Amino acid sequence: MRDVAFEVNGKACRVAVEPRTTLADCLRHDLGLTGTHVACAHGVCGACTVLVDGEAVRSCLTLAVQMEGAAVTTIEGLSSEDGLSPLQAAFRKHGAVQCGFCTPGIITTMHALLTTEPHADEARVREVLSGNICRCTGYMAMVAAVLEARAAYQGAPA
Amino acid sequence: MKLPAFDYATPTSIGEAVALLAAGDGSARPLSGGQTLMPLLAFRLTAPSLLVDLRGIPGLDAVEIGEAGTRLGARVRWCDIEAHAGLAAAQPLLVAMIGHVAHYQIRKRGTLGGSMAHADPAAEMPGVAVACDGVLHLVGAGGARDVAARDFFLGPLTTALAADELIVGITLPAWPHGRRWGFQEFARRRGDFALAGVAVHYDEVGGRAVGAHVAVIGACSAPHRVAAAEALLEGSAVTSALAAEVGRAVAASVSPPEDIHATAAYRRSLAGTLAERALAAAGGLA
Ligand code: FES
Ligand code: FES
Repeated sequence: MRDVAFEVNGKACRVAVEPRTTLADCLRHDLGLTGTHVACAHGVCGACTVLVDGEAVRSCLTLAVQMEGAAVTTIEGLSSEDGLSPLQAAFRKHGAVQCGFCTPGIITTMHALLTTEPHADEARVREVLSGNICRCTGYMAMVAAVLEARAAYQGAPA
Repeated sequence: MKLPAFDYATPTSIGEAVALLAAGDGSARPLSGGQTLMPLLAFRLTAPSLLVDLRGIPGLDAVEIGEAGTRLGARVRWCDIEAHAGLAAAQPLLVAMIGHVAHYQIRKRGTLGGSMAHADPAAEMPGVAVACDGVLHLVGAGGARDVAARDFFLGPLTTALAADELIVGITLPAWPHGRRWGFQEFARRRGDFALAGVAVHYDEVGGRAVGAHVAVIGACSAPHRVAAAEALLEGSAVTSALAAEVGRAVAASVSPPEDIHATAAYRRSLAGTLAERALAAAGGLA
Protein backbone atom coordinates (compact mmCIF):
# COMPACT_ATOMS: atom_id res chain seq x y z
CA MET A 1 0.00 0.00 0.00
CA ARG A 2 1.06 3.56 -0.71
CA ASP A 3 0.08 6.76 0.99
CA VAL A 4 -1.04 9.41 -1.46
CA ALA A 5 -1.81 12.98 -0.47
CA PHE A 6 -3.82 15.13 -2.83
CA GLU A 7 -6.69 17.55 -2.91
CA VAL A 8 -10.21 16.51 -3.83
CA ASN A 9 -12.85 19.17 -4.40
CA GLY A 10 -10.81 21.68 -2.43
CA LYS A 11 -10.22 19.44 0.59
CA ALA A 12 -6.86 17.88 1.42
CA CYS A 13 -7.02 14.12 1.70
CA ARG A 14 -4.66 11.24 2.29
CA VAL A 15 -5.44 7.66 1.26
CA ALA A 16 -3.57 4.38 1.37
CA VAL A 17 -3.95 2.57 -1.96
CA GLU A 18 -2.40 -0.28 -3.89
CA PRO A 19 -0.37 1.10 -6.82
CA ARG A 20 -2.79 -0.60 -9.23
CA THR A 21 -5.80 1.32 -7.91
CA THR A 22 -7.17 3.64 -10.56
CA LEU A 23 -8.12 7.17 -9.66
CA ALA A 24 -11.73 6.23 -10.52
CA ASP A 25 -11.78 3.37 -8.01
CA CYS A 26 -9.99 5.46 -5.38
CA LEU A 27 -12.59 8.22 -5.69
CA ARG A 28 -15.53 5.84 -5.61
CA HIS A 29 -14.39 3.20 -3.12
CA ASP A 30 -11.89 4.91 -0.86
CA LEU A 31 -13.36 8.40 -0.83
CA GLY A 32 -17.05 7.56 -1.35
CA LEU A 33 -17.41 9.99 -4.26
CA THR A 34 -19.69 7.84 -6.38
CA GLY A 35 -20.67 10.68 -8.71
CA THR A 36 -17.75 9.61 -10.91
CA HIS A 37 -19.08 6.74 -13.01
CA VAL A 38 -17.17 3.86 -14.56
CA ALA A 39 -18.51 2.18 -17.66
CA CYS A 40 -15.83 0.74 -19.95
CA ALA A 41 -12.88 0.94 -17.53
CA HIS A 42 -10.45 1.12 -20.44
CA GLY A 43 -10.61 4.64 -21.74
CA VAL A 44 -13.15 4.70 -24.57
CA CYS A 45 -16.39 6.05 -23.08
CA GLY A 46 -15.49 9.14 -21.03
CA ALA A 47 -17.95 8.37 -18.23
CA CYS A 48 -15.18 8.53 -15.61
CA THR A 49 -13.87 11.99 -16.58
CA VAL A 50 -12.67 14.17 -13.70
CA LEU A 51 -10.51 17.28 -13.59
CA VAL A 52 -6.87 16.97 -12.55
CA ASP A 53 -5.29 20.38 -12.03
CA GLY A 54 -8.10 21.75 -14.16
CA GLU A 55 -7.63 19.37 -17.08
CA ALA A 56 -10.25 16.81 -18.06
CA VAL A 57 -8.78 13.31 -17.82
CA ARG A 58 -10.13 9.79 -17.85
CA SER A 59 -9.88 8.61 -14.24
CA CYS A 60 -9.93 4.94 -15.29
CA LEU A 61 -6.68 5.57 -17.21
CA THR A 62 -5.00 7.31 -14.30
CA LEU A 63 -3.53 5.73 -11.19
CA ALA A 64 -4.35 7.11 -7.77
CA VAL A 65 -0.64 7.04 -6.87
CA GLN A 66 0.01 9.47 -9.72
CA MET A 67 -2.15 12.08 -7.97
CA GLU A 68 0.42 12.96 -5.28
CA GLY A 69 0.20 16.75 -4.92
CA ALA A 70 -2.54 17.17 -7.54
CA ALA A 71 -5.88 18.95 -7.25
CA VAL A 72 -8.76 16.72 -8.37
CA THR A 73 -12.26 17.99 -9.04
CA THR A 74 -15.15 15.56 -9.44
CA ILE A 75 -18.78 16.20 -10.36
CA GLU A 76 -19.48 16.65 -6.64
CA GLY A 77 -17.10 19.62 -6.65
CA LEU A 78 -18.77 21.49 -9.48
CA SER A 79 -21.91 22.65 -7.69
CA SER A 80 -22.71 23.90 -4.23
CA GLU A 81 -25.25 22.39 -1.86
CA ASP A 82 -27.82 25.00 -2.73
CA GLY A 83 -28.06 24.82 -6.45
CA LEU A 84 -27.02 23.64 -9.86
CA SER A 85 -24.11 25.20 -11.70
CA PRO A 86 -25.05 27.14 -14.85
CA LEU A 87 -23.89 24.21 -16.98
CA GLN A 88 -25.93 21.74 -14.94
CA ALA A 89 -28.96 24.03 -15.04
CA ALA A 90 -28.69 24.24 -18.83
CA PHE A 91 -28.55 20.43 -19.07
CA ARG A 92 -31.70 20.23 -16.98
CA LYS A 93 -33.48 22.91 -18.97
CA HIS A 94 -32.72 21.26 -22.31
CA GLY A 95 -33.46 17.72 -21.17
CA ALA A 96 -29.85 16.77 -21.89
CA VAL A 97 -29.95 14.04 -19.23
CA GLN A 98 -31.81 10.77 -19.50
CA CYS A 99 -30.45 7.81 -17.51
CA GLY A 100 -27.65 10.07 -16.30
CA PHE A 101 -24.88 7.50 -16.40
CA CYS A 102 -22.75 9.48 -18.84
CA THR A 103 -23.67 12.86 -17.38
CA PRO A 104 -20.95 13.43 -14.74
CA GLY A 105 -18.24 12.71 -17.33
CA ILE A 106 -19.86 15.04 -19.82
CA ILE A 107 -20.39 17.88 -17.34
CA THR A 108 -16.79 17.70 -16.12
CA THR A 109 -15.47 17.59 -19.70
CA MET A 110 -17.61 20.50 -20.86
CA HIS A 111 -16.73 22.49 -17.75
CA ALA A 112 -13.03 22.06 -18.53
CA LEU A 113 -13.63 23.01 -22.15
CA LEU A 114 -15.64 26.15 -21.41
CA THR A 115 -13.25 27.23 -18.66
CA THR A 116 -10.34 27.31 -21.14
CA GLU A 117 -12.34 28.00 -24.32
CA PRO A 118 -15.42 30.00 -23.29
CA HIS A 119 -16.12 30.92 -26.91
CA ALA A 120 -15.95 27.35 -28.27
CA ASP A 121 -18.23 27.11 -31.29
CA GLU A 122 -20.66 24.32 -32.06
CA ALA A 123 -18.13 22.38 -34.14
CA ARG A 124 -15.61 22.50 -31.28
CA VAL A 125 -18.23 21.46 -28.71
CA ARG A 126 -19.26 18.53 -30.90
CA GLU A 127 -15.64 17.51 -31.47
CA VAL A 128 -14.85 17.45 -27.76
CA LEU A 129 -18.17 15.78 -26.92
CA SER A 130 -17.26 12.97 -29.32
CA GLY A 131 -14.95 11.58 -26.63
CA ASN A 132 -17.91 10.85 -24.37
CA ILE A 133 -20.40 8.12 -25.19
CA CYS A 134 -24.08 8.62 -24.35
CA ARG A 135 -26.44 5.84 -25.25
CA CYS A 136 -29.64 7.72 -24.41
CA THR A 137 -29.88 11.31 -25.46
CA GLY A 138 -28.65 11.51 -29.04
CA TYR A 139 -26.46 14.50 -28.02
CA MET A 140 -28.61 17.22 -29.62
CA ALA A 141 -29.90 18.53 -26.30
CA MET A 142 -26.41 18.44 -24.82
CA VAL A 143 -24.98 20.56 -27.60
CA ALA A 144 -27.77 23.10 -27.12
CA ALA A 145 -27.21 23.12 -23.35
CA VAL A 146 -23.45 23.61 -23.63
CA LEU A 147 -23.81 26.41 -26.17
CA GLU A 148 -26.27 28.19 -23.90
CA ALA A 149 -24.07 27.72 -20.81
CA ARG A 150 -21.12 29.41 -22.53
CA ALA A 151 -22.44 32.78 -21.45
CA ALA A 152 -21.74 31.93 -17.81
CA TYR A 153 -18.06 31.29 -18.61
CA GLN A 154 -17.48 34.32 -20.78
CA GLY A 155 -15.85 37.17 -18.97
CA ALA A 156 -14.99 34.90 -16.04
CA PRO A 157 -11.27 34.52 -15.39
CA ALA A 158 -10.10 31.36 -17.14
CA MET B 1 -11.09 -5.62 -15.61
CA LYS B 2 -9.11 -4.49 -12.58
CA LEU B 3 -5.43 -4.02 -13.23
CA PRO B 4 -2.90 -6.71 -12.31
CA ALA B 5 -0.80 -5.92 -9.23
CA PHE B 6 2.48 -4.07 -9.74
CA ASP B 7 4.93 -1.98 -7.79
CA TYR B 8 5.40 1.73 -8.55
CA ALA B 9 8.41 4.02 -8.55
CA THR B 10 8.98 7.70 -9.36
CA PRO B 11 12.63 8.24 -10.27
CA THR B 12 13.89 11.79 -10.68
CA SER B 13 16.50 11.19 -13.37
CA ILE B 14 16.83 9.17 -16.57
CA GLY B 15 19.74 7.24 -15.03
CA GLU B 16 17.68 6.25 -12.02
CA ALA B 17 14.76 5.21 -14.26
CA VAL B 18 16.96 3.02 -16.44
CA ALA B 19 18.55 1.42 -13.36
CA LEU B 20 15.08 0.54 -12.10
CA LEU B 21 14.12 -0.98 -15.46
CA ALA B 22 17.34 -3.00 -15.54
CA ALA B 23 17.21 -4.18 -11.93
CA GLY B 24 14.03 -6.25 -11.98
CA ASP B 25 12.93 -9.38 -13.79
CA GLY B 26 12.80 -7.63 -17.17
CA SER B 27 9.05 -6.99 -16.98
CA ALA B 28 9.24 -3.46 -15.53
CA ARG B 29 7.66 -0.85 -17.82
CA PRO B 30 8.03 2.91 -18.00
CA LEU B 31 4.80 4.85 -17.37
CA SER B 32 4.43 8.12 -19.24
CA GLY B 33 0.86 9.34 -19.83
CA GLY B 34 -0.55 5.84 -19.41
CA GLN B 35 -3.11 6.27 -22.18
CA THR B 36 -1.97 3.15 -24.02
CA LEU B 37 -0.44 1.25 -21.11
CA MET B 38 -3.47 1.54 -18.82
CA PRO B 39 -5.88 -0.09 -21.32
CA LEU B 40 -3.31 -2.84 -21.93
CA LEU B 41 -3.19 -3.43 -18.18
CA ALA B 42 -6.99 -3.35 -17.96
CA PHE B 43 -7.17 -6.05 -20.63
CA ARG B 44 -4.34 -7.85 -18.84
CA LEU B 45 -2.37 -7.98 -22.06
CA THR B 46 0.66 -7.10 -19.98
CA ALA B 47 1.52 -7.70 -16.33
CA PRO B 48 4.64 -5.74 -15.37
CA SER B 49 6.22 -6.23 -11.96
CA LEU B 50 6.98 -2.52 -11.69
CA LEU B 51 5.81 0.71 -13.31
CA VAL B 52 8.52 3.35 -13.54
CA ASP B 53 6.64 6.65 -13.68
CA LEU B 54 8.60 9.24 -15.68
CA ARG B 55 6.69 12.27 -14.41
CA GLY B 56 9.39 13.29 -11.93
CA ILE B 57 12.15 13.46 -14.55
CA PRO B 58 12.75 17.04 -15.66
CA GLY B 59 13.26 18.02 -19.30
CA LEU B 60 11.39 15.24 -21.07
CA ASP B 61 8.61 17.55 -22.18
CA ALA B 62 10.75 19.96 -24.20
CA VAL B 63 10.06 20.94 -27.82
CA GLU B 64 13.05 22.39 -29.68
CA ILE B 65 12.68 23.65 -33.23
CA GLY B 66 16.07 24.12 -34.88
CA GLU B 67 17.79 24.32 -38.26
CA ALA B 68 18.33 20.58 -38.51
CA GLY B 69 14.93 19.55 -37.29
CA THR B 70 12.49 19.39 -34.44
CA ARG B 71 13.34 17.52 -31.28
CA LEU B 72 10.41 16.47 -29.12
CA GLY B 73 10.81 15.00 -25.65
CA ALA B 74 9.12 11.68 -24.91
CA ARG B 75 6.72 13.28 -22.42
CA VAL B 76 5.35 15.86 -24.85
CA ARG B 77 1.59 15.39 -24.78
CA TRP B 78 -0.83 15.59 -27.72
CA CYS B 79 -2.37 18.73 -26.22
CA ASP B 80 1.12 20.30 -25.99
CA ILE B 81 1.57 19.72 -29.72
CA GLU B 82 -1.87 21.19 -30.46
CA ALA B 83 -1.11 24.28 -28.35
CA HIS B 84 2.45 24.88 -29.63
CA ALA B 85 2.67 28.05 -31.67
CA GLY B 86 5.57 26.99 -33.90
CA LEU B 87 4.88 23.35 -34.72
CA ALA B 88 2.22 23.83 -37.39
CA ALA B 89 4.80 25.56 -39.57
CA ALA B 90 7.80 23.48 -38.51
CA GLN B 91 6.15 20.05 -38.78
CA PRO B 92 2.79 20.32 -40.56
CA LEU B 93 2.34 16.58 -41.06
CA LEU B 94 2.88 15.92 -37.34
CA VAL B 95 0.25 18.48 -36.40
CA ALA B 96 -2.22 17.19 -39.01
CA MET B 97 -1.87 13.60 -37.85
CA ILE B 98 -2.19 14.52 -34.20
CA GLY B 99 -5.61 15.93 -35.05
CA HIS B 100 -6.73 12.31 -35.32
CA VAL B 101 -5.27 11.09 -32.03
CA ALA B 102 -7.94 9.91 -29.63
CA HIS B 103 -10.20 12.38 -27.82
CA TYR B 104 -9.95 15.55 -25.74
CA GLN B 105 -9.31 13.85 -22.39
CA ILE B 106 -6.78 11.35 -23.74
CA ARG B 107 -4.85 14.19 -25.39
CA LYS B 108 -4.41 15.81 -21.98
CA ARG B 109 -2.32 12.87 -20.75
CA GLY B 110 -1.19 10.81 -23.72
CA THR B 111 2.43 11.33 -24.78
CA LEU B 112 4.34 10.64 -27.94
CA GLY B 113 6.89 8.47 -26.13
CA GLY B 114 4.15 6.23 -24.79
CA SER B 115 2.53 5.92 -28.20
CA MET B 116 5.81 4.98 -29.88
CA ALA B 117 6.90 2.58 -27.13
CA HIS B 118 3.70 0.59 -27.50
CA ALA B 119 3.55 0.70 -31.31
CA ASP B 120 -0.12 0.07 -31.86
CA PRO B 121 -0.34 -0.42 -35.64
CA ALA B 122 -3.26 2.02 -35.76
CA ALA B 123 -1.50 4.75 -33.77
CA GLU B 124 -0.64 7.98 -35.56
CA MET B 125 2.67 8.92 -33.89
CA PRO B 126 4.59 5.85 -35.08
CA GLY B 127 3.24 6.69 -38.54
CA VAL B 128 4.51 10.28 -38.28
CA ALA B 129 7.88 8.98 -37.15
CA VAL B 130 8.18 6.66 -40.14
CA ALA B 131 6.67 9.04 -42.70
CA CYS B 132 9.01 11.87 -41.64
CA ASP B 133 12.23 9.82 -41.33
CA GLY B 134 12.27 10.42 -37.58
CA VAL B 135 15.08 9.22 -35.34
CA LEU B 136 14.26 7.96 -31.86
CA HIS B 137 16.59 8.72 -28.98
CA LEU B 138 16.87 5.85 -26.51
CA VAL B 139 18.74 5.51 -23.24
CA GLY B 140 19.41 2.13 -21.64
CA ALA B 141 21.59 0.55 -19.01
CA GLY B 142 24.33 0.22 -21.66
CA GLY B 143 24.16 3.87 -22.72
CA ALA B 144 22.38 6.00 -25.28
CA ARG B 145 21.63 5.12 -28.91
CA ASP B 146 19.63 6.50 -31.80
CA VAL B 147 17.36 4.27 -33.89
CA ALA B 148 15.68 5.29 -37.14
CA ALA B 149 11.91 5.00 -36.94
CA ARG B 150 11.88 2.64 -39.91
CA ASP B 151 13.96 0.17 -37.86
CA PHE B 152 12.10 0.70 -34.60
CA PHE B 153 8.52 -0.48 -35.22
CA LEU B 154 8.67 -4.23 -35.75
CA GLY B 155 5.06 -5.35 -35.45
CA PRO B 156 1.91 -4.98 -33.33
CA LEU B 157 3.04 -3.81 -29.86
CA THR B 158 6.58 -4.85 -30.79
CA THR B 159 9.55 -2.51 -31.10
CA ALA B 160 13.34 -2.52 -31.04
CA LEU B 161 13.27 -1.12 -27.49
CA ALA B 162 15.17 -3.33 -25.01
CA ALA B 163 13.65 -4.12 -21.61
CA ASP B 164 16.05 -1.74 -19.88
CA GLU B 165 15.65 1.07 -22.41
CA LEU B 166 13.63 4.23 -22.38
CA ILE B 167 12.55 6.48 -25.25
CA VAL B 168 13.71 9.97 -24.26
CA GLY B 169 12.70 11.78 -27.44
CA ILE B 170 12.49 11.89 -31.20
CA THR B 171 13.99 14.17 -33.83
CA LEU B 172 12.05 14.88 -37.01
CA PRO B 173 14.25 16.32 -39.78
CA ALA B 174 13.60 19.91 -40.80
CA TRP B 175 10.62 20.34 -43.10
CA PRO B 176 11.55 22.42 -46.16
CA HIS B 177 9.34 25.33 -47.04
CA GLY B 178 6.88 24.45 -49.79
CA ARG B 179 6.98 20.69 -49.25
CA ARG B 180 3.75 19.10 -50.45
CA TRP B 181 1.91 16.79 -48.09
CA GLY B 182 -1.38 15.08 -47.34
CA PHE B 183 -2.76 12.94 -44.55
CA GLN B 184 -5.96 10.93 -44.59
CA GLU B 185 -7.31 8.60 -41.95
CA PHE B 186 -10.58 6.78 -41.45
CA ALA B 187 -11.98 5.54 -38.14
CA ARG B 188 -15.57 4.66 -37.28
CA ARG B 189 -15.65 7.48 -34.73
CA ARG B 190 -13.13 10.29 -35.19
CA GLY B 191 -10.40 9.72 -32.62
CA ASP B 192 -10.94 5.98 -32.45
CA PHE B 193 -8.34 3.55 -33.76
CA ALA B 194 -7.69 4.06 -37.45
CA LEU B 195 -9.00 1.37 -39.78
CA ALA B 196 -6.37 2.79 -42.11
CA GLY B 197 -4.40 5.99 -42.56
CA VAL B 198 -1.98 7.26 -45.21
CA ALA B 199 0.61 10.04 -45.09
CA VAL B 200 2.21 11.40 -48.25
CA HIS B 201 4.84 14.06 -48.79
CA TYR B 202 7.27 15.13 -51.48
CA ASP B 203 9.16 18.19 -52.65
CA GLU B 204 8.32 19.75 -55.97
CA VAL B 205 11.11 20.44 -58.44
CA GLY B 206 10.17 21.67 -61.90
CA GLY B 207 6.62 20.43 -61.46
CA ARG B 208 7.73 16.93 -60.50
CA ALA B 209 7.74 15.05 -57.20
CA VAL B 210 11.12 14.48 -55.59
CA GLY B 211 11.86 12.63 -52.35
CA ALA B 212 8.49 10.85 -52.40
CA HIS B 213 7.29 9.39 -49.11
CA VAL B 214 4.15 7.29 -48.80
CA ALA B 215 3.47 5.72 -45.41
CA VAL B 216 0.60 3.58 -44.14
CA ILE B 217 -0.85 3.00 -40.66
CA GLY B 218 -3.68 0.79 -39.46
CA ALA B 219 -4.03 -1.53 -42.41
CA CYS B 220 -0.77 -3.25 -41.55
CA SER B 221 1.10 -4.79 -38.61
CA ALA B 222 3.48 -1.83 -38.27
CA PRO B 223 3.66 1.61 -39.88
CA HIS B 224 5.80 1.45 -42.99
CA ARG B 225 6.60 3.19 -46.25
CA VAL B 226 5.37 1.70 -49.51
CA ALA B 227 8.30 1.51 -51.93
CA ALA B 228 6.16 0.62 -54.96
CA ALA B 229 3.96 3.68 -54.46
CA GLU B 230 6.96 5.95 -53.90
CA ALA B 231 8.61 4.67 -57.08
CA LEU B 232 5.50 5.62 -59.09
CA LEU B 233 5.49 9.06 -57.57
CA GLU B 234 9.20 9.82 -57.76
CA GLY B 235 10.04 12.12 -60.67
CA SER B 236 6.45 12.33 -61.87
CA ALA B 237 4.01 15.19 -62.20
CA VAL B 238 1.15 14.65 -59.76
CA THR B 239 -2.11 14.15 -61.63
CA SER B 240 -5.42 12.52 -60.76
CA ALA B 241 -4.45 9.51 -62.85
CA LEU B 242 -1.19 9.15 -60.94
CA ALA B 243 -2.99 9.51 -57.61
CA ALA B 244 -5.31 6.66 -58.57
CA GLU B 245 -2.34 4.55 -59.62
CA VAL B 246 -0.51 5.25 -56.35
CA GLY B 247 -3.71 4.29 -54.51
CA ARG B 248 -3.80 0.96 -56.30
CA ALA B 249 -0.15 0.34 -55.48
CA VAL B 250 -0.78 1.02 -51.78
CA ALA B 251 -3.82 -1.26 -51.76
CA ALA B 252 -1.85 -4.04 -53.43
CA SER B 253 1.02 -3.73 -50.96
CA VAL B 254 -0.82 -4.06 -47.64
CA SER B 255 -1.99 -7.25 -45.96
CA PRO B 256 -4.37 -5.87 -43.36
CA PRO B 257 -5.71 -7.63 -40.28
CA GLU B 258 -9.35 -8.65 -40.12
CA ASP B 259 -11.52 -8.05 -37.06
CA ILE B 260 -15.05 -7.11 -36.06
CA HIS B 261 -14.51 -3.55 -37.28
CA ALA B 262 -13.59 -4.33 -40.88
CA THR B 263 -12.65 -7.14 -43.22
CA ALA B 264 -9.17 -7.33 -44.71
CA ALA B 265 -10.57 -6.54 -48.16
CA TYR B 266 -12.31 -3.43 -46.85
CA ARG B 267 -9.17 -2.18 -45.13
CA ARG B 268 -7.09 -2.81 -48.24
CA SER B 269 -9.50 -0.89 -50.42
CA LEU B 270 -9.68 1.87 -47.81
CA ALA B 271 -5.88 2.22 -47.70
CA GLY B 272 -5.85 2.67 -51.47
CA THR B 273 -8.61 5.27 -51.42
CA LEU B 274 -6.95 7.19 -48.59
CA ALA B 275 -3.61 7.17 -50.44
CA GLU B 276 -5.31 8.55 -53.54
CA ARG B 277 -7.00 11.28 -51.51
CA ALA B 278 -3.83 12.13 -49.56
CA LEU B 279 -1.91 12.55 -52.78
CA ALA B 280 -4.71 14.60 -54.32
CA ALA B 281 -4.59 16.88 -51.28
CA ALA B 282 -0.79 17.11 -51.49
CA GLY B 283 -0.94 18.01 -55.17
CA GLY B 284 -3.81 20.46 -54.72
CA LEU B 285 -5.98 18.36 -57.03
CA ALA B 286 -8.99 18.10 -54.75
S1 FES C 1 -14.85 4.34 -17.69
FE1 FES C 1 -13.13 5.56 -18.10
S2 FES C 1 -13.34 6.01 -20.20
FE2 FES C 1 -14.93 4.55 -19.86
S1 FES D 1 -28.08 9.89 -20.44
FE1 FES D 1 -27.98 7.72 -20.47
S2 FES D 1 -26.01 7.34 -21.28
FE2 FES D 1 -26.21 9.45 -21.49
